[in-house]
Amino acid sequence: MSFSLVKRWCETPLMRRVLQFKVYRRKIQSYNMTYTLLRHRWMKRLPVFSSSFSTQTDKDTIDLSKFPVDRVRNFCIIAHIDHGKSTLADRLLEMTGAIATTDKNKQVLDKLQVERERGITVKAQTASLIYSHQGQQYLLNLIDTPGHVDFSYEVSRSISACQGVLLIVDANQGIQAQTVANFYLAFEAQLAIIPVINKIDLKNADPERVETQIEKVFDIPREECIRISAKLGTNVDKVLQAVVDRIPAPVAIMDDPFKALVFDSNFDHYRGVVANIAVFGGRVKKGDRIVSAYLGKTYEVNELGLLRPHEHPTQKLFAGQVGYIIAGMKDVKEAQIGDTLYLQDQPVEALPGFKPAKAMVFAGMYPMDQSEYPGLRSAIERLTLNDSSVTVQRDSSMALGAGWRLGFLGLLHMEVFNQRLEQEYNASVIVTAPTVPYKAVLSSPKLIKEHGSEEITIVNPAQFPDRSVVSEYLEPMVLGTILSPDTYTGKIMTLCLNRRGIQKNMVYIDDQRVMMKYLFPLNEIVVDFYDLLKSLSSGYASFDYENAGYQAADLIKMNILLNGQPVEELITIVHRGRAYSAGKAMCERLKDSIPRQMFEVAVQASIGSKVIARETIKAYRKNVLAKCYGGDITRKMKLLKKQAEGKKKMRRIGNVEVPKDAFINVLKRKDK
Amino acid sequence: MIKHTLPAARRAFSPGLRCFSEAYGGEISEDVFERTGSPRLTKQASLYVHWPYCLRRCSYCNFNKYIRRENNDPMMTECLQRETETLLQLSQVSCITSVFFGGGTPSLAHPSTIAAVLESVSRRVYLSDKAEVTLEVNPTPVGKSKLEDYCRAGVNRFSIGVQSLQDGDLKILGRDHSSHQALQTVEEARRLCPGRVSVDVMFGRPKQSAESWENELSELLRVCDDHVSLYQLTLERGTQLFKQVLGGEVTMPAEDVTAEMYQCARRILHQHGFLQYEVSNFARPKAVSHHNMSYWKGRQYIGVGPGAHGRFVPRGEGGVVREARTQTLEPDVWIREVQQRGHGTRRRIQLSHLELLEEVLVMGMRMSKGINHKHWELFSPQLGLHEVFGTSNDVQELLQSGQLILDDRGLRCSWDGLALLDSILPALLVMLERQISQRLQRDHHADGQTKRISNPQ
Repeated sequence: MSFSLVKRWCETPLMRRVLQFKVYRRKIQSYNMTYTLLRHRWMKRLPVFSSSFSTQTDKDTIDLSKFPVDRVRNFCIIAHIDHGKSTLADRLLEMTGAIATTDKNKQVLDKLQVERERGITVKAQTASLIYSHQGQQYLLNLIDTPGHVDFSYEVSRSISACQGVLLIVDANQGIQAQTVANFYLAFEAQLAIIPVINKIDLKNADPERVETQIEKVFDIPREECIRISAKLGTNVDKVLQAVVDRIPAPVAIMDDPFKALVFDSNFDHYRGVVANIAVFGGRVKKGDRIVSAYLGKTYEVNELGLLRPHEHPTQKLFAGQVGYIIAGMKDVKEAQIGDTLYLQDQPVEALPGFKPAKAMVFAGMYPMDQSEYPGLRSAIERLTLNDSSVTVQRDSSMALGAGWRLGFLGLLHMEVFNQRLEQEYNASVIVTAPTVPYKAVLSSPKLIKEHGSEEITIVNPAQFPDRSVVSEYLEPMVLGTILSPDTYTGKIMTLCLNRRGIQKNMVYIDDQRVMMKYLFPLNEIVVDFYDLLKSLSSGYASFDYENAGYQAADLIKMNILLNGQPVEELITIVHRGRAYSAGKAMCERLKDSIPRQMFEVAVQASIGSKVIARETIKAYRKNVLAKCYGGDITRKMKLLKKQAEGKKKMRRIGNVEVPKDAFINVLKRKDK
Repeated sequence: MIKHTLPAARRAFSPGLRCFSEAYGGEISEDVFERTGSPRLTKQASLYVHWPYCLRRCSYCNFNKYIRRENNDPMMTECLQRETETLLQLSQVSCITSVFFGGGTPSLAHPSTIAAVLESVSRRVYLSDKAEVTLEVNPTPVGKSKLEDYCRAGVNRFSIGVQSLQDGDLKILGRDHSSHQALQTVEEARRLCPGRVSVDVMFGRPKQSAESWENELSELLRVCDDHVSLYQLTLERGTQLFKQVLGGEVTMPAEDVTAEMYQCARRILHQHGFLQYEVSNFARPKAVSHHNMSYWKGRQYIGVGPGAHGRFVPRGEGGVVREARTQTLEPDVWIREVQQRGHGTRRRIQLSHLELLEEVLVMGMRMSKGINHKHWELFSPQLGLHEVFGTSNDVQELLQSGQLILDDRGLRCSWDGLALLDSILPALLVMLERQISQRLQRDHHADGQTKRISNPQ
């Protein structure tokens, strides 16, 4: 079955990638509302507690000591996009009285504007629910996870604090690519998995079929599935019961010294760092002096409490519980995710922590206008405060000026980052086409000495080392999972083949749907693969990928020439087999974006000294406006002055004048 | 002012009244103009009068024109006269060198309106009876029948909107005349004003080929007079044609084809003795349009009527700087404003020294003779053409490639260069701006304070 394969291609379970990039269309709107504001308003809107059953109405009356480890359950919800994860979370929050029951609760845990717009979760949120079951009160900690490969760093962090997951599958759509990826993530972390079939109220719901799929793909008996409608609240109570019954209590010992894992952190401008912690042993209270194992620094606990989902201060946190802590940390770097906290006089052995997320997709980001550079810089700085997985490197391009080369966990991560920049910081940016990190194994001892290692990573194509000093180039690979109705199989296979994909597996998950696994070079899927897949399958196919290491590849550096002069900013690294089509595409795009000149311009792509593609921009034969009516020269003057202004900003390559837009058009991602 | 207005038509029939002094001679010659130096620039102007109404909308036209609901001739006449008087007074010019009635469809105006406006001009300033007075004519039978009356009103040159000799094309363009009617109108106009008839023709029309254009032009040359205005149909946003092209009903010829048409027209017209004196104007010797030339030579012009543009120094209110002026676009609003204030000037922008030079450059380079040193000196006494443009790399490239010529006559485009003028001008404008701003900085430094440069307007 397929998961043996997945395991083989998976480098590290913590770093599994489960990307779902459905919501790609960019909605550029000029929202000025910032994240803080949004959150603030949302908090105000919520009543403190308006509980009907099994809830406490006063902050101080929650006595957490009443919840020994065996009455605590930590779980998360994982699902393919739109299968109803956030709606179920809303219902669970309502039923346990964490929030009022109204029809206005929509994606309560999705606080970011981008999350609500795209219907995705980017940043994990936590909510503690108090639930009565068979006369006992339980503390259920729902750790909401991002549902996308790009954010699986967040997912794995969340999962490390959980013992079980609710795996939601849409009763109509059935198992999708992301469901599969999410399942393996939980499976490998050895969590209890509760399959939940949602949307049974839909007309076309076919829970039978979905149960069969679950049995076949995940090897989970169909009897374990819970059929619900999160929208209507049908059977949601059964889910809560299952959480208590089927998910084991955390392994944590109240009598041990205090020991907690930092699994997330936020930055608050007024209070500093707010760290989300899972307590693995002992207890912690306000005023305790705690130490960060990573930095060795000591802090005093100013505030701590539960997230319900807003911050709810309590006196103490006990072993097995999950909550937040504010301890005078001024910088997010002080609250290193994966760090272990302990009491000053009771040092403990640090928990294993997390491997840092590795950027897999790189793109240049430049201000629209160089005068906006400082503004954009501070926006990027602020945004990366809350997203440590973005790598930032200063970069500059002759065409685009000073900017940055940013590394992202995946494409959606990049999209979301860009959208947050625009929405939350009102910054407009030029984003170049994404590239992937290639590697080169150096052969020259001199270069090895220079770089300090035999293998180097190349992020900027301009720094691609020459073939003569390299024994081997390597490119990043991914294992892609595609689920689709079988009528599209042929088309999908052709697409994958064109993208240098190697089929690893193909399985019917029921009598109509097929699951295919392909090994792809990451480079082949970063730009438009998903869009093509969606369009050739009328939107029915879903796609996910996970990293699958590096493989040797026949890579070459391609130059773009204008009348024989190379253009530095357009240097591209391509696979030899794809050089011709890539070169042709770039020449065509460039031809369309460079205005005619008074002479002919040759646009060429070359490998070394060999030209592999050429387009010609013909010389203007006539460029003069016919007639000025009635002395109305104002418009004509304006146009000419604009051209004169534009001319000053042109980049000259040899004798060819190139507007900046031309490079942007070639470098930026195609509009989708 | 209005009460002095006498029945206009009657005045106009006695042309003698228009001349204040014969001493100025007939046409104001270029030499006189330039010898007399810059003060002359502000003492005379040409006059453009805009008639905003049309009977119907041509499918390609986005110009300022309106379909009239009711005949308001008396009111229009009164307002055109009133605004003419106001602006003449404001400009303090003593001489109007030429008049052009454009539109819209000015041949819809009653001849008495034309007479009345000319009368107003003559009453205030010197308007030689030999001064060029052009009227744009729509070549319909009605238009044709009025030509004689227009001549009596004082018009001595006709510009006839033939546009095309293909009836099918005229239909697509939304014109309300046939090619036959156009030819008849040209004939009649030539009879009335021999040697002073211009025809407007349009190329780059939907589905037109270079070959059919060549034939059409040859046919036109058999019947036309000594002046041809040639222009390319440009697709303007918001027109019916634009929609049709967007919707795929109509296809426009490709850029290469229109380039071919332009070059072919230049060649054929040249062979027939028509000199290209400007990008889109061709004339046999002595048939050059003086009104047009005065625009390109950067002289003052006064614009009267809805949406008309002007360039002059409002000396009447103590102004010393040339202004770019635009009249209110919408005829009804314009009428109200003229009635209330005596004019409907909606926008006035003072041109800086640089802006003035930019216009002089852009307009001057449209002429095949370009800008001679004297012409330039009139506007830029401190910085000569060589100083401004001689050092630029871009200009050097253009000179070397043979598209531009800078010599002891002045600055001009070569035959090939003229067709690429809009690619040449940005480079020249960049250089002009650089030199003028450097000059200003130098002067500033030299004096230790901002020096007032007396700039001719």
